[in-house]
Amino acid sequence: MSAMNLSNLTKNTLNKMFALGKRFDGRKLLEQREFTVEYDVSYKAEGSARVKLGKTEVVVGVKLGVGEPYPDSLDSGNLMASGDLLPLASPRFESGPPKYNSLELTRLVERAIRESHVIDLKKLVIKEGEKVWTVMIDIYPINDDGALIDAASIAAMAALMQTHFPEIDKDGKIDYDKKTTKKLPLLENTIPLSLTFYKLGDSLVVDPTREEEEAADGKIVWGISHYKGKEHMIHSAQKGMDAHLSTDDITEMMKNLPKLYDDTLKKLKKFLK
Amino acid sequence: MKNFNDGNNDENYEEFTGVAEPTSRTVVVPGEVVASGDDFLAGEGARKEGSNVVASRYGLAEKVGRVVKIIPFSGAFIPRRNNVVIGRVNDIVHSGWIVDIDYAQNGFLPLMESPRFVNKHEMDQFLAIGDVVAAKVWNVSPKGIDLAMKGKGLGKLEGGFVFRVNPSRVPRIIGREGSMINLIKEKTGCNVTIGQNGWVWIKGNDIDSELRTRRAIEFIAEKVLVSGLTEKMEEWFSKNK
Repeated sequence: MSAMNLSNLTKNTLNKMFALGKRFDGRKLLEQREFTVEYDVSYKAEGSARVKLGKTEVVVGVKLGVGEPYPDSLDSGNLMASGDLLPLASPRFESGPPKYNSLELTRLVERAIRESHVIDLKKLVIKEGEKVWTVMIDIYPINDDGALIDAASIAAMAALMQTHFPEIDKDGKIDYDKKTTKKLPLLENTIPLSLTFYKLGDSLVVDPTREEEEAADGKIVWGISHYKGKEHMIHSAQKGMDAHLSTDDITEMMKNLPKLYDDTLKKLKKFLK
Repeated sequence: MKNFNDGNNDENYEEFTGVAEPTSRTVVVPGEVVASGDDFLAGEGARKEGSNVVASRYGLAEKVGRVVKIIPFSGAFIPRRNNVVIGRVNDIVHSGWIVDIDYAQNGFLPLMESPRFVNKHEMDQFLAIGDVVAAKVWNVSPKGIDLAMKGKGLGKLEGGFVFRVNPSRVPRIIGREGSMINLIKEKTGCNVTIGQNGWVWIKGNDIDSELRTRRAIEFIAEKVLVSGLTEKMEEWFSKNK
């Protein structure tokens, strides 16, 4: 995409097309693009993954460090996600202090993971009250062609599942060059992913391309998983953009969300090692 | 009806005499000697070094008559006089419209260019922010880029949609003397206007034919290295009904 903003023409046409259930790339409204996952893209990270969702590309690296626990949770490890919308990813992004969209990206990816309790933070304690592991999820958007949050959450989960602890000695010094075979303690059968519904006119779409995302009026980002391999569970939700959403919209989303999640999970499982 | 504009042609094919057939295209890198001897002249993307014609761009070298020019594989749009561009109105000022033409600088479309009388206080009645225009580059100067809208096929675009392809692919989409674009129009029955800045406007009778046109154009934009593209497109159209 280029830096020219969305035109009234294209927005009107997209509105009409969505009403007829059509999209520029021939997908159905609630059909996601195919994606691929690559592992070990970063030499320095303890776990990393690159996800290509259509033309959208995100690299996520998981870094483990040792730090002090937060005063309100002395018996658990720390989790933090960071990242920025790099100018390399899109002509829309400028360098400088993180802006709304970039904060939203990291925060929503983190929230879906944190609230699903997929990472067993209690097991990350080295010495209670003094020393715990800190899990840092770094998100690097390489190319933005829409649905960055969804792609980043897939990449984050893929990277977390690949994360191995580095070697640590008695004094708590980490040798990052030596990786152990011990994996990050993750809940079995729980893979939280974020799925975003966009609204334009009266239609709902998922996995938009850049131009569709720019045309959209409203969205909700859902964090959902098969909690402990059982029923679907929604861990987080955030409404974005200006448009109002009706009860019918939410009902429609709830009807389609489990199926969309299952589809994404099935695709992701093909790449899991 | 808006029709294919002549501006596209005279920019790219002014050196084409209609007598000389182009030789086959070869891939060249910057610094490569494309042709030697005083018989050849350097066209766009090439330069003369002594008696050699040397490539300045990475792309396809083409000899048309005596002129050697290079169709680059990539590159930004650089506005030149008489280029037809498709732009988006970004702002309204007292004497005209500021138009984003997908270049480092915005274009300026004076109020006088409006085909009908526009009240100075109600300029958005004609062109509002976000509207799309097809315009011609009237003048490029350090002060800015002036646009003009008087001409066949130029003006406010209504209906259909716009999308972007790589600007360096625009000559291929238009084809030799507009052969490719005429083929597309004929096969799909859609109106197509291509700006030199890579923005394409499509309007047809129904959405399906518009979508097919877009797919056809994106197909061409992907196939840079293919020769005999017009024949390939005929095949494409018979396959993708």
